Amino acid sequence: MDTSRRIILKATMAAGTLAVAAGANLLTPGTVLAAWPAQAFKTKNIDVAMDNLTGKGRPTESADIKVDAPDIAENGAVVSVKVTTTLPKVESISIYVPVNAFPLSASYILSSQMEASISGRIKMAKTADIVAVVKSNGKLYTAKKGVKVTLGGCGG
Amino acid sequence: MARKMKIRAWDNGKSTSIKAIIFHPMETGLRKDKQTGKLIPGHYITEVNCEHNGKNILTCLWGPGVSKNPFLAFNFNGAKKGDTVKISWVDNQGGKGGSSSKIS
Repeated sequence: MDTSRRIILKATMAAGTLAVAAGANLLTPGTVLAAWPAQAFKTKNIDVAMDNLTGKGRPTESADIKVDAPDIAENGAVVSVKVTTTLPKVESISIYVPVNAFPLSASYILSSQMEASISGRIKMAKTADIVAVVKSNGKLYTAKKGVKVTLGGCGG
Repeated sequence: MARKMKIRAWDNGKSTSIKAIIFHPMETGLRKDKQTGKLIPGHYITEVNCEHNGKNILTCLWGPGVSKNPFLAFNFNGAKKGDTVKISWVDNQGGKGGSSSKIS
């Protein structure tokens, strides 16, 4: 007689736990593909950053990568940048600003479902090139775009 | 600091477009507090994970060089209206957040 009540209680409790677990899952990355490459992000040397992020190989220039950014950025703290490429099998897109205190700004790891285009906003310390490095089919390619910065966006 | 984000996902006819903005200070750790002269500790998002129906589509690794209140936009294939897109993030101080949206 009492058992059915017990069962219901148990069931509700289990469901409650599940809901909490699902809620917690919403707030943490479900699948962590790569550990955050601290050495690549914390170095002040762009070569060290590249070594740690994509290995010893250096990218070759490619006309198939387009870096969209304003010619003149009034505020270096917010520079819109869009990297698009027609290269096949894009595995990752990384964005460097060589003059920044930490040259590596961001790196994007793309699944096969992704269209090879990423937009974001980055900081620029002063007038410089934005360098995009694309890993396509296991090889590295690069392109850059010069941006004139009238007000620096890092520190001060 | 309210930890919030906005996410929009819609069918653009050919693929699915995502636009997201995360409200976060993205402090570099290089700035000084003007009153005390002390360095403000770095506080920035390190990793953002984007999922479509539970499957990873994009991982963003970010450093302090990403602007305050980071913006992210991209397109991806293989989704339909009503599917769920989830974006979650973690920062270097152990903070985390996330949000999801149905594709419209």
